[in-house]
Parts: sequence; structure tokens; C-alpha cells
Amino acid sequence: MTALLEVEKLRIELDRESGSAILVDDVSFAVEAGQILGIAGESGAGKSLIGASILGLLQSPTRQTAGTVRLAGKLLDTRSEKAMRRVRGSRIGAIFQDPMTALNPLLSVGAQLIETMHAHLDISRAEARERAVDWLHEVGIHDPKTRVDGYPHSFSGGMRQRIVIALALCASPQLVIADEPTTALDVRTQAQIVELLQRLARNHGTAIVLICHDLGILAQIADHVLVLYAGRTVESGATAQVLGSPCHPYSRGLINSIPMIGDSRGQLAQIEGTMPSATTRPPGCAFHPRCPDRFEPCDRWTPQLKEIACNPKDPMAETGRSLACWLHSGADREKDRDRRWLCSCG
Amino acid sequence: MRMSFETPLVEVVNLTKTYSGSRTWFGRRPTGWVRSGTVLPSGKREEIHSPIVHAVEAVSFRIERGRTLALVGESGCGKTTVARLVAGILKPTRGTVHVAGIDVGRPGKHGASALARSRQMVFQDPYSSLNPRWRVRSIVAEPIKALAQRPNTQDIDREVDCLLEQVGLRAVDGKRYPHEFSGGQRQRIAIARALAGRPSFLICDEPTSALDVSVQAQILNLLKELQARHGLTMLFISHDLAVVSHMADEIGVLCDGRLCELGATDTILTQPRHAYTRTLLKSVPDLSRRRRSSDNSAKFAVQTGDRGRNPIERSDDC
Repeated sequence: MTALLEVEKLRIELDRESGSAILVDDVSFAVEAGQILGIAGESGAGKSLIGASILGLLQSPTRQTAGTVRLAGKLLDTRSEKAMRRVRGSRIGAIFQDPMTALNPLLSVGAQLIETMHAHLDISRAEARERAVDWLHEVGIHDPKTRVDGYPHSFSGGMRQRIVIALALCASPQLVIADEPTTALDVRTQAQIVELLQRLARNHGTAIVLICHDLGILAQIADHVLVLYAGRTVESGATAQVLGSPCHPYSRGLINSIPMIGDSRGQLAQIEGTMPSATTRPPGCAFHPRCPDRFEPCDRWTPQLKEIACNPKDPMAETGRSLACWLHSGADREKDRDRRWLCSCG
Repeated sequence: MRMSFETPLVEVVNLTKTYSGSRTWFGRRPTGWVRSGTVLPSGKREEIHSPIVHAVEAVSFRIERGRTLALVGESGCGKTTVARLVAGILKPTRGTVHVAGIDVGRPGKHGASALARSRQMVFQDPYSSLNPRWRVRSIVAEPIKALAQRPNTQDIDREVDCLLEQVGLRAVDGKRYPHEFSGGQRQRIAIARALAGRPSFLICDEPTSALDVSVQAQILNLLKELQARHGLTMLFISHDLAVVSHMADEIGVLCDGRLCELGATDTILTQPRHAYTRTLLKSVPDLSRRRRSSDNSAKFAVQTGDRGRNPIERSDDC
């Protein structure tokens, strides 16, 4: 079975007068219908650019310079505005971070839902209105029959985000790109929105690319996780594996720096320093200046993203887990460049 | 029990802040009106309606020297209002705040400057709390200039260098402007500025909620380290119970402007008494726990939704 969304070797560059800078490089992933892929990483890692690129929403001076995006096996021409207009809304929905600015303040929420459905589905306005009420009910708005005529300002942040989710899903897209959908909300609302997303993905078979810096949320709902650092994938795989036993020192550092209830109240583990910007990336592995375990190859060669071999007896077995880190290269790393990374658990 | 001569550094008694929203937008009338009679010039008595918003109601707590009290709650529960009342940015409707024995509401002439020295604040958003047109050096030097007895340029320079290094920046960074720094570094600048007046009491209003987790860990560690070094007393405002569990000795849980639970951190986290505290605890994302979307919780979400959030129409039962 082919995946619903396949992104291959995506590269995004920033055009500047003094030449271009690579913001995202060699990022590949696939999402199947009904599954949730989480993209994690610090701000500036390029998470949102990947989302914008799939939606064809990259704005000058950033542009996609290499790589392909396939939706249900068909190549998407993400660089053509005309082609993407037909795709956005109907086949790919989008949920953005800030529900305060994602809605048009001058239109009632019903009008916005009706407009979207009328544009993408072959239904009358009256029918669209009925469906709008159903959608508001589905995302958990009280008394949807009256609220459908309400304006965005009369809803709270959490309610607005629910409406944004309804908007993204109302034309039944196969894929939804959710870019930090819960960051602007507080913990309790956040938990509700996360559950709503998960339920909808399951019930409607929608694939979700969830861009989120909060690993706690990804742990709860994502099926697969991809950890991004300075524009490159450093680790990816099933959520339980990546977050449960991270192999890359960066993923490990990120997980350890989350405060947990019940931990001792001493120092939190922290990753020293900050992520380099696109123009100041060091040679070799971009993480090496901050890495506690760096050794001699790290500042010279960039580790390639390769599958991890978990079982030493059967090193070519499918693990579905990839990594880019010299720590797992084994002793004879320069002899055999094509060999897989070795898992530390094996 | 502490000895009686050691008074708590911060004492808040029965703090209340109400807003009367007598102005209405486009004549729209919010719900929950309180009637009040006014006598018009003509001698006629007219019934006008004015809603009263209880932002904070009867909040009392005390913080011992060198300890940290954290206030947690959802957005709109009044956390920031309490912080601003304690910081003296807002005036309380009723109740008193004493910091180091000085009444924040009526500090008097000498009290006001002593208060400014002893109490400083770190704000939530490091992007808007620093003046973009000032160099970092001037930003950090300003409180010293304003509060020191006899400021002398050389002393100020030395002090600023020292402060920048304490918060993990370099002295040369002082020549740069805020926009040249990342969010975490800006929060470090804000902390340096807060420490410049050598306060004994620091109010932190969600100091890490605009930051990434890795940066959050750095800032929280820095705050703890500075607290140990300077013996700071802290009022720490946050919506994140996990963060609070790391920072605070005591936790106060705010719900609709009222303190619904107050106690030692371990007690609150392990034996929460109030239902609201339990709800908050449940909604903390946990790496080790994969939430099942069994639809009970989804229904719960729909039913409770955002109710009880509007302070005008809130009920009495929470």
C-alpha cells in the first residue's frame, strides 16, 4: 500500500543578495491515511516551512528548490499557484497556530464554513449551511444552530481553534497540515483540542501532519515522529520508539529538558547553547557544537539519515526507524559508508 | 512553625480586583448586570446597569523569605492580575499587599523607592518587554541609574557586565540591540534587568511560556541558580504544572479569580483536594502516557467546554 502523502528529498532555500541559504535539506517522510505524523524541533528548525511547502504556501524569498511531494501517488506541483488552489481546502486542509488571526473577523463562522464547502464540494448553499451546523456540533460547539451565525470575536481561543479545525476538515480533505495547533492555547484547552484532532483523524481516515514543538503532545497522539534539527531530519520512527528510547543526542536532550511532575526538584537537564541559524551552520553534524557526546568525525562529515539496524543478527531487517548520528556508526565507519546505523538498544 | 520575628517577605491579604464595565461596545449589554440607582440632574432616579467583573477575589497568601510560591490556572483565571497587583502595576479594589513590611497600596514617599528596589518583575513575552530602540547595556543599566543612591558611570558599567555574565550572556552583548537576540536570550536580558535593582523579591509572570522546551530548561535552571545565589523570594506565575513542580515550594491554584487550593508542592501534586486541581493535573501532557481517545474524555471536553471562563457570568460553586 502506498502512503497517502510522500515527501521526498525536500529542500527549501532562502534567496539572499549574497547567495542562497539552505533552510531545509533532504527531508523525506510518508504518512498513511488515518495516521498522524508529528514533526518536532525547536523554533527555527524549519518545521513550519515544511508544512508551508506541502501546501504550496512558501513565500518569496523562500522557495522549494528540490524534492517532490506526492499526494495519493500523484505528484503535486507545489510551485504552481493555480494547481495548488484546487488542492488546498479540498484535498489538503490547514490548521494554523493562531486561531485569533486564522479566521476572518468580518464574516460569521457559518459564512466561512459555507464558503469553503461551496467552493470545494458540489453542494448548494442551503446544504452547506446544514453541514456547517453539523461540523460545529462535531467539533464540540454548544448550540451550533445559533452559534453558526456568531462572529469569531464572540468565541474564546479554544472555541476558535475548534472552528478552524472544522474549516480545515469541512471539505473532507485526505490530509491536514496542523502547524502548532495548540501552542496559543492553555493546557486544559490544549488537551481537548488534541483529543479532538485524534478522534477526527480516526473517524474520517484523515492523515495529519502535526507540526509541534511540544513532545508531550506528540507522545499522546502521533503515530510517527520526525525530529528536525537545523533543517535536517536527525531521527524518525514510531513515536513510542523515538520518544521512549531516543538514539540521537538531540532527541534525548529535548526529552530530558521537559519538566515532569514527580521528578526531583533539582536541575533540569538542558542542552547548552542555541540552534545555529541557516547562515551559521557548522560543518559536519549541525548539532555537534552542542552535543555532549561529540567525537572526532562529528565536525567533519555530515551523518546521512539511514535506517537503524536493531537486531545484530539480522542487520537488514526493516525497523522503520532512521537516524543521522556518528555515535551509532560502529567501529569501521569509514570502510562501509552504506551500512546502517546500529541501535544502542540492540 | 517559623519564629514570629521572621515575618514573611510577602503577605497578601484578601486581595480583590473588580472592574466595572459600565462602558459598552455598540450598546451591547453583557450578561450578569448589577443594578445601581443614579440620580439624574432632573431629580429623577434612573436605573442604569453596570456589570461587575471579578478578576481576582479574596486571594490571600504569604511567601517566606527565599521561597517560591507558584500560582497556576488557566488563561483568564486571574494569575496575571494577581502578579500585577503584587507588582503594584494595578491598584487593588480591596485587600492589601505587603512586601518587606511596606504596604504596596500606600507605600509613602520612602516606601515607594524601597519597594521599587526590593521588588522586580519578569514578563511573559521577551519580544515586547524590551525597548527595541535601546542597546542591551542601557536596558540593564536603567534600573541601576534609577534606583542606586549615587550612580557612578564606572560602577554602573561594571555592574552591567557582571549582570550580563550572571545570566549567561557576554559583556560585549551589551552593545547589541534586543532584535539581535533569540527569545531565550531576550528573556535572559529581561532577567538581568530585573536583577539590576538588586531585588529581594522577583515576580515572574509566565517567564518561559513563549520559549522552546530546551530553552525553557535553560531559563528555569538560571532562575533557580540566581535564586540560590541571591536568596531571592519568588512569585512564579505559570499555566504549566510540570514547570511549577520544578520551581515552587508552594503552589496556589487559581480558578475564576479565587484561590481554590494552596499548599506545599508535593501535597498539591500527589494529593490534590480540589476537583479543579485534578483536572489541571490530568491535562498535563506526559511523554510516558499515551492518551486513549476513548470518547468519554471527548464528551467531557464538549460538556465542560469553555464554561465558567467568563468572569461576568461565573457561578458561585467553584
